[in-house]
Amino acid sequence: MTMTSETQTTVRVPQTPFAEFWSYFIQNRGALIGLCFIVFIVFLAVFADFVAPHHPHEQFRDFILVPPAWAEGGNAQFWLGTDGVGRDILSRLIHGARLSLLIGLVIVSVSLVLGICLGLVAGFFGGFVDVAIMRFADILLSMPALLLAIAIVAILGPSIVNSGLALSLVYLPHYVRLTRASVLTEINKDYVISSRVAGAGALRLMFIVILPNCLAPLIVQATLGFSNAILDMAALGFLGLGAQPPLPEWGSMLATAREFIQSAWWVVTFPGLIILMTVLAFNLMGDGLRDALDPKLKQ
Amino acid sequence: MLQFLLRRLGMVIPTFIGVSLFTFALIYLIPGDPITIMGGERGFGPEQRAELEAMLGLDKPIWQQYFIYLGNVLQGDLGTSYVTRQPVMSEFMSLFPATIELTVCAAIFAVITGLTLGILAAIKRGGLLDHTVMTISLTGYSMPIFWWALLLILLFSVNLGWTPVSGRLDVMYWVDEVTGFMLIDTLLSDEDGAFISALSHLVLPSIVLGTIPMAVIARMTRSSMLEVLGEDYIRTARAKGLSKRRIIVKHALRNALIPVITVMGLQVGLLLSGAILTETIFAWPGIGKWLIESIGRRDYPVVQGGLLLIATIIILVNLLVDLMYGVVNPRVRHSK
Repeated sequence: MTMTSETQTTVRVPQTPFAEFWSYFIQNRGALIGLCFIVFIVFLAVFADFVAPHHPHEQFRDFILVPPAWAEGGNAQFWLGTDGVGRDILSRLIHGARLSLLIGLVIVSVSLVLGICLGLVAGFFGGFVDVAIMRFADILLSMPALLLAIAIVAILGPSIVNSGLALSLVYLPHYVRLTRASVLTEINKDYVISSRVAGAGALRLMFIVILPNCLAPLIVQATLGFSNAILDMAALGFLGLGAQPPLPEWGSMLATAREFIQSAWWVVTFPGLIILMTVLAFNLMGDGLRDALDPKLKQ
Repeated sequence: MLQFLLRRLGMVIPTFIGVSLFTFALIYLIPGDPITIMGGERGFGPEQRAELEAMLGLDKPIWQQYFIYLGNVLQGDLGTSYVTRQPVMSEFMSLFPATIELTVCAAIFAVITGLTLGILAAIKRGGLLDHTVMTISLTGYSMPIFWWALLLILLFSVNLGWTPVSGRLDVMYWVDEVTGFMLIDTLLSDEDGAFISALSHLVLPSIVLGTIPMAVIARMTRSSMLEVLGEDYIRTARAKGLSKRRIIVKHALRNALIPVITVMGLQVGLLLSGAILTETIFAWPGIGKWLIESIGRRDYPVVQGGLLLIATIIILVNLLVDLMYGVVNPRVRHSK
C-alpha cells in the first residue's frame, strides 16, 4: 500500500513552470556548455580588476611582442604574450570581456524595452498606429544590420557609444515584430477579453495581462541578440568605427593586430578566439532556450 | 498572380521612399553643413557660399530639396564625390563588378558546400558525420569573419604561400577591362596565367564571405531534409522499392529545397554587408571598401549614394526572392 501511495504522489505533484523548463534545458548538452561558458565570462568581466594579472593599458617597454608562455621565448609573466606596445594580451582580453558584455547588455536592453513597447502598441491599437510602426520596422529591416549600423555611425561619428546606439536601433524591428505577432495571437483569447470586461485599462491590459504571455520568444531572441550585438560590435571596432584605441575592445584589438600578422600570430589569434567562443556560447544557449520554451517542440 | 505581384510591389515603394528619406537626411544630420565640408580647410567667402548654396539648391525649403533629390536619384544622378570630383554613380558602376564577382563566388561556395553538408548530415542522422556538420555549421554561424579572414591569410598566404594576400590580380599582368569581371576579362585576354592568378585571388575572400551563409544553408537543408524524409510519400517510395539515391534526389530533395531557397535569398543582404568587411581585409576594390574609405574621408555624397544603391539592390533582390517563392509555392500567393 505504501508503495502505491508514494508513486501516486510523485506522479501527481505538478512541476513548476521553471522546473519543467529547467529539465528540458539541461537535457541539451550544448546549451549547458554555453551557459557554463557565459557564467565563466561574466565572472571574469565582473572581477576583471582582481583576475587580470596586469592593467590593460600598462605598457611593458622591455617585453614587446613576447610570445605566449608555452611557446619558445615566452615569459611566464604574460600567459598569452604581449602586443605591439608591450601590453599583456590576457589582461586586455579579460577587461575586453567587461566591455563587450556591458555593451551587449545595454544594446539588448534598449532594443528589447523599446521594441516591446512599440510592438505592444502596434498590436494592441492596430489601425494607423500599427501601419506606421510596422512600415518603420520594415524599412529598418530592409537593410542588413551591419550596413545600417555603419550608416548611422557615419552620421554620428565613430565611438563606442554611437555604435552601441546604432546597433540598438538596428535590432529594434526584430523585437517589435515578435511582440506584435504574439500580441495578435493573445489579444482575442478569453482571459484578455474577461479582464477587459472587468474594466482593465489599456496599460494594464498591455503590460500586465498580455505581455507575460508573450515573453518566451522574446527571451530567446534577446539571447541570440546578445551574440549578434557582440559580433557586430566587434566588426564595427575592427573597421575603426566602434571602440577607439586604447580601449581593450576585442574587435579593435584585432584591427591593431593586423600589422603583426606575419610576425606575431598570438596577437591575431586570441582576440578572435574569445569572440568566437562567446558568440558560440550565446548561440548554443539561445537554441537550448528556444527548444525548452517552445511548447510546439515538446513531446 | 497579378494581384500578388501588385501587392508585393506596393510594399516596395514605401520602403524605397523611407530609405531615400534616410539617406537624404544623412547629409543634414552630420555635424557641419555640406558647404563647409566641401570648402575644406580654406573655406569659402560669403559670396561664394551664397552662389554655391543656390547652385546646390540648398537655399530652397527642405521638402523641395527632398523632391529635387528624389528626382535626381530616379534619373541616376547621385551627386559628385567631394574627393575625386567624379559622379557617384559612375564610380559605383566601375567598382560594382568586383563586388558582384566576389559575392557570386561566395554564394556558389556557400550553396554547394552548404547543400552537400546538409544533405549528408540528414542522411547519416545521429552519426559522426551529422555531429561534425552541425558543429561546423554552428561554429560558422558564430564566426567573426574578419578574424576568420586573418586566420586563413595567416595559414594559406603567410605560412604556406599558396594564395596571395590581397587584391584581384598580380601586378605582373595587365588585362584590359571589358566586363569588369576579372575572371572573364583574364580569359578574354591573351596573358598566360592571368586567369589562374585572378582565381587564386578569389579563393580566400569567397570562402570567408561564404562561411556564414554556408552554415545557415547547411543547417536549413538538414532540418528541411529530415522533415521531408519523415513524410508518408517517402515511405511509399521506399515501399515501392526505389533505390535510396533515387528517393533522395528525386523525391526528398526537390521538396526539401523550397524553404532552403528562401533562406538563400535572405543571404543576399548578408553577403553584401559581409562584403564590406571582406573587401576591407583583402583590399578588394569593390563598393564595400569604397564605402568604408569614404566614411573615413568624410566624402558624404559617396556615403549617401552608396548606401542608397546597396539598400535598393537588397530591396529588389528580396522582392525577386518573394516573387520566385510565389511562383514555386502557390499557397504564398493567396495568403494575405
